[in-house]
Amino acid sequence: MADTAPANATATPTDTPEQAKFRAHCQQWLATNHPGQPTVKLPQGALELSDPAALAWLQAWQKSAYDAGLIGCDYSKETGGGGLTNCQAIANHEMLRAKTPYLPNIIGLGMAAPTVYFHAQDEVKQALLPKLLSGEEIWCQGFSEPGAGSDLANQQTFAEKKGDSWVINGHKVWTSLAHFASWMILLCRTDKNDKYNGLSYFVVPIKAALGKGVTVRPLIKLTGETGFNEVIFEDLIIEDKYRLDEVGAGWKVAMTTLAHERGAGMLTTPSAGGLVTEEEKGTAVNSAAALIQLAKDSYRDGKTSADDPVIRDAIMQMIIRQEGFRQNQRRIGAKALNDHPMRLPLQFKLVATEIGQDIAQLAYEIEGIGSSLNVTDANAPGGGQWPLAYMNSFGITIAAGANEVQRNILGERVLNMPKSK
Amino acid sequence: MAQATNFGFGEDEAMLRDSAIKFFDDNCSPDKLHGLVAADSDVNRSNECHWQQSLWQQIGELGWTAACIPEAAGGMGMPLVAAVALAEEAGKAAFPSPLISTFNASFVLTAAATDNANKTLAEIATGRAASLAITNEKGSWEGSDTDVEFIDGKLSGTAYFVQDARKSEILVVAAKSAAGVGLYVVNADSTGITIEADSIIDLTRDQAHITFDKVSATEVAAAGDGDSAINQAMPSILCITAADMVGTGEWLLQTTVDYASTRIQFDRPLAFFQAVKHPLVNVMLAIDAAKSLTYNAACAISQEPENGEKLARMAKSAASDMAVFSSSRAIQFHGGIGFTWECFVHLFFKRQMHNQVLYGDAKYQRAKLADLLMGKAA
Repeated sequence: MADTAPANATATPTDTPEQAKFRAHCQQWLATNHPGQPTVKLPQGALELSDPAALAWLQAWQKSAYDAGLIGCDYSKETGGGGLTNCQAIANHEMLRAKTPYLPNIIGLGMAAPTVYFHAQDEVKQALLPKLLSGEEIWCQGFSEPGAGSDLANQQTFAEKKGDSWVINGHKVWTSLAHFASWMILLCRTDKNDKYNGLSYFVVPIKAALGKGVTVRPLIKLTGETGFNEVIFEDLIIEDKYRLDEVGAGWKVAMTTLAHERGAGMLTTPSAGGLVTEEEKGTAVNSAAALIQLAKDSYRDGKTSADDPVIRDAIMQMIIRQEGFRQNQRRIGAKALNDHPMRLPLQFKLVATEIGQDIAQLAYEIEGIGSSLNVTDANAPGGGQWPLAYMNSFGITIAAGANEVQRNILGERVLNMPKSK
Repeated sequence: MAQATNFGFGEDEAMLRDSAIKFFDDNCSPDKLHGLVAADSDVNRSNECHWQQSLWQQIGELGWTAACIPEAAGGMGMPLVAAVALAEEAGKAAFPSPLISTFNASFVLTAAATDNANKTLAEIATGRAASLAITNEKGSWEGSDTDVEFIDGKLSGTAYFVQDARKSEILVVAAKSAAGVGLYVVNADSTGITIEADSIIDLTRDQAHITFDKVSATEVAAAGDGDSAINQAMPSILCITAADMVGTGEWLLQTTVDYASTRIQFDRPLAFFQAVKHPLVNVMLAIDAAKSLTYNAACAISQEPENGEKLARMAKSAASDMAVFSSSRAIQFHGGIGFTWECFVHLFFKRQMHNQVLYGDAKYQRAKLADLLMGKAA
């Protein structure tokens, strides 16, 4: 909520001198270089991108923020980063405050970059990370397969060593942004006799291999949008230098990816505002505070939703949950108030996605029967964004390890309960 | 004004908290507690107040009651998060003591900010136990609602739902006269005071209604100033109550996780089954949100008081719902054992039941919060 204590406020007293200087730079740059309202229609998030013009507009924004040093701040200079320490969170916070658009290379920044950074050869890092951070090259993630969803280690895509190269065959699915991606992070099998130690991890130049061993086919989501795909590998040959870490160490490398995907990694993921519409208008999906204005502007059973005590209570519940989540992120930094170092970080994905889903479902109720109108209907309240957000919310409660898997992880790794398998 | 990123919980606060952890480890294990407060399971047992006064004296010597009292009034002037941490640990031990009631009385006296209030605070800082007698028969949490009157310099009437009344030496009483509600301090053993203990569910506390019959008292807030002092202190009171629930909830979580990890049924530990494992993870999520909201609110009360009330109501709401959830799951997952008197869980379950409704349950807090954030409903 804009009007309650932010986790990090403008002149944070605990900024190091380097951080304080960097924060001032971010504020100064954003004051004159905000890209303004988009000139093309943007979807609700980067994972829904399907229009090349929308992608190009967002790539230009990511490139300008990268050139100004707001993206990749904590990566080394040799890999195209800023060479700073703990400054990405500051850039993120300033971009959030400035309500900048979201960044299009979301999988590259959130998952591929830290994995490449921690596990690739220097030559590969230096070649790939600058264009990843700038957004010039989009990345996708080849983890899920038809038979490997929650049971991620059940990989069947196979990489066979032939001379100095690898030959890849298999079938990846639910692959967001593959239709735009130059590169894929790929988890696959190199040994059929060992479930976990038989996995290896590669970076794959998929765009360069389209039609030459790689086929990308769009999948249509339940919303009717595209954005994710299936990817078929047929005798794709790649160089050994694109292997990350040792043969057989794929599961370990995948843990680096997943830790960052779930918000529990070593490096802070660059993220910009994403508030394409404003909280005050009641249309900022993913914001509980926006529900207040929405309820004042909406009718439910013929009456103003904001006057219904049941709706008021439900809105307060959501605001409290979202503020609790934000304060959890702040508490991670207060070591004396954490008994177990992974207890809060491992909750991030689970809690964030369920709050987002429940906010959208409550907005759906607040809008009453008007919620029945699709984004394609001119009379849809708020352009139909809330019902769309609700439908899309299942993407992230399922992806990155379904939330049921997240609960197993928390129960087993934080609370030390016996494994459920 | 910006809040400190560490909630203002620094080295001094951590040291104080660590001393509390050791104190409760040494003195208040669950089996000792059960022996103290639950030795008699007879439903018609006498309504005695079970607690260890010697431990309370040690607490006074450790300086806990002085921690958050302003230095000008003889205290240590620590931020509210220090008391929150102590209340959290007291909750984890379900500790029978007037610690919470004394904190809450000191918040009201600090808000009153008169010379007489400071004199009482100085006494509390030395370890004297206190409690608030500010609630009416209908259980209103509004500072302006009291059934006690102040007439011709004397208190008359009855205060209800007074926490840890029989453990407290000092009472801070809200009483009304023609000029409005004032606050008055009396010694609990003064002539004209009758303390009638309530028979309550929570075995780790006591509660009473207290009747005043023309009792002389010292004015600590003038008539007309008392309700605003209570309202000003209420966010701190809510934080302390929420902190107690967070600590109690953590004990319930860890104890239930331990039990579910060792109790075998169908050849497996209970916690192998996701029907048990996942709700326990949900309890952890609820505790963590309530804890972060509680430290956030306590920090705001010290560093940006204009946001104190709404953040404290968020904390108490989250903590009250968590109290129900953590305690209900603890009983349920302890199975038939959990439903017995001999199992320690009921002590913590009942403490959560008490905490849930004390100073307003979750729905009450959210109704107040909605008025603050949305304006009143038409």
